[in-house]
Amino acid sequence: MSHHTPVAKRHGDGKAAVGNVGRPPVAWAVPGILFFAVFAIFPLVIAVYLSFCEWDGLDSPAFTGLDNWTRLFKDSEFGQAAWLSLLLTTISWVFQTPVALLLGVWAAGRQRSRALLSAIFFIPLLLSTTAIAMLFRALLDPNFGVIQTIGPWLGIDPGVMGSSTGALLVVAFVGGWQFMPFHTLIYQGGARQIPEVLYQAASIDGAGMVRQFFHITLPQLRHTITTSSVLMIVGSLTYFDTVLIMTKGGPGTDTTILPYLMYRTGFQTYDLGYAAAIATALVFVATSISLIMVRLSGFGSMRSTREGM
Amino acid sequence: MAMAGLLVGCGSGGGGSDSGTITAYVYGDDAVKVQQTAVDTFNKTSKVKVKLVPVPGADYVNKLRSSMGSPNAPDVFFNWGGGSIKPYVDSDDLVDLTSTVENDATLKDGFIPSIMTAGGLEGKVYGVPMRGMQPVMLFYNKALFAKHKIEPPKTWEDLQASIKVFKAAGITPFALGGSDKWPELMWMEYLLDRIGGPEVFKRIQDGDTEGWGDPAVLKTARTVKELVDAGAFGKNFNSVDYGSGAAPTLLSKGKAAMHLMGSWEYSTQLGKAPEFAEKDLGWTAFPTVAGGVGDPANVVGNPTNYWSVNARTKHKDTAVAFLKTMASKTYAQALVDNGDVPTTSNAASMLSGSPNPQFATDQYEMVQKAPSFTLSWDQALEAQYATPLLTEISKLFAGKTTPEQFVEAMKAAR
Repeated sequence: MSHHTPVAKRHGDGKAAVGNVGRPPVAWAVPGILFFAVFAIFPLVIAVYLSFCEWDGLDSPAFTGLDNWTRLFKDSEFGQAAWLSLLLTTISWVFQTPVALLLGVWAAGRQRSRALLSAIFFIPLLLSTTAIAMLFRALLDPNFGVIQTIGPWLGIDPGVMGSSTGALLVVAFVGGWQFMPFHTLIYQGGARQIPEVLYQAASIDGAGMVRQFFHITLPQLRHTITTSSVLMIVGSLTYFDTVLIMTKGGPGTDTTILPYLMYRTGFQTYDLGYAAAIATALVFVATSISLIMVRLSGFGSMRSTREGM
Repeated sequence: MAMAGLLVGCGSGGGGSDSGTITAYVYGDDAVKVQQTAVDTFNKTSKVKVKLVPVPGADYVNKLRSSMGSPNAPDVFFNWGGGSIKPYVDSDDLVDLTSTVENDATLKDGFIPSIMTAGGLEGKVYGVPMRGMQPVMLFYNKALFAKHKIEPPKTWEDLQASIKVFKAAGITPFALGGSDKWPELMWMEYLLDRIGGPEVFKRIQDGDTEGWGDPAVLKTARTVKELVDAGAFGKNFNSVDYGSGAAPTLLSKGKAAMHLMGSWEYSTQLGKAPEFAEKDLGWTAFPTVAGGVGDPANVVGNPTNYWSVNARTKHKDTAVAFLKTMASKTYAQALVDNGDVPTTSNAASMLSGSPNPQFATDQYEMVQKAPSFTLSWDQALEAQYATPLLTEISKLFAGKTTPEQFVEAMKAAR
């Protein structure tokens, strides 16, 4: 915290001389702030309040103090769900980031047929999650899906959706299949921003493709990696529809990740107070992770790593 | 507090209906046309009109739940009886129909008694039967049994023998949509009823979670484990689902020999594989289990669906008058024509007009002769117990927990 304050102040002082000339007045932000308050802050406050209540959705919520929270910390199912969520998030990140990064850098280039291939590759992004989940559900049906034919050939058991690790990996894979194009798009944008002169200079110095990638592209994409990772991690933490449609949290509770546990508790068990506690915990974890990542990567200080900027 | 009051407090206000109409929520599926006809007929003579609101199936429970807490609550609504209405009974939202039924011959004698009671709670009546019966039956592929020269199982030994025969032939003995969880529940329900009798679950349903500690429950869980280990459901049942039609297709394509399912399996097959349904689909009762104390004639499943009346309605008399029409011969006939088997006491004679008289008659007799009809556990229990139950059963079938752990988990469910 402390070392940021002077930075902010210096910026403030510097800009103060120029004044607010040409800058829109604060009033312009009012609609945005209002929307944010009504649709984000207000529901969040209610959720936090409900997490201290017992409520079945019919009578008025009854205030029960810390009951839900003490239960949360003792609940082994919550512990398992939190662990599965982290596992899914990690698998998703490890699986998606390298592929999206490489594809994005490739797509930023000027090769022939690149535009066509990119367009094809972005198709999953246009489909709804429900459609994708149902599609994979059908493909992976152990008796009637294509998995029956190509599974053994690839060394995959046709009953992969029914095994505990298999089900989680399938969920991670389907999520990756759907969202990788989005992250590729981010990396493509990032890679196109890298000044051409850097590569020209490197070429003159005799650096090859691989060296250029590791010494120019990767460092220059630092902030892009942070942005993409935060989106990816928060996205995986709140991953829900695919689980609901493909596995319903099963087999057993092996894919019952936090958002699904919250859904089950809130809208199947009608224990809305406890569900609110799970939701609040999830918001807290997701916010913390994104803040930590932004901090660690230096994104918060907004230093430019770009030449002449 | 004030904020939450704003959200839900207003629910105790008005009755949710205009002066001249009452609203009736119904589960929105193909059978709605039967109810719509009944409403149209009723509205011709009634001053207060009934407005039928079909709610798409998957949304029904949630939509009902949220509207019952709001000023727009329905006056009359469809339900499954038992635990599905317990929260509304607890918050005094329902009209107690016990004395109404008692003092009205049409309602009192109009329905099969075991069905009228199955939908109630603690001996009180909160609903009037309004759709067909849905007992769980053992369906089988006649062609496969003929080919392997065996008879559909009547006893547990028969069942075990048939598992061996079909496994050896590379056929899954029983189709099971394990990914949906509730089809697994049907095995638990029947086994516990055969092994320990209906009283064991009755005790649990009445709120005693220690009832899960009954030795019959453990034996049931062990039997399930034996079945799974013996390969009764094949290897992939955890990823087979019922909803998308995978499990019924296993039966109709001859990849599985049997399927324990609600009586709607018949119409499902008729829709998906009509040729199979007409030629090779057989049905029978759940086998007897040696050493069990339950009557082999007992049935589990959904006795029927019920109409309940919101205590806040402004037109209770109209609502009750409408409910009475459910006992009429015209209504029962409309159900029969739709392929359902009505739960009215006069239904037997109409069944010859059913699309499949043999199936309808067998079903009706099975239910009529049953000393007890246990409501599906996930409907009989309140949602707060039903959801963990389905989860624990899924873990038991998937081999994630032992039968002993299952019993402990259910005793501890809050």
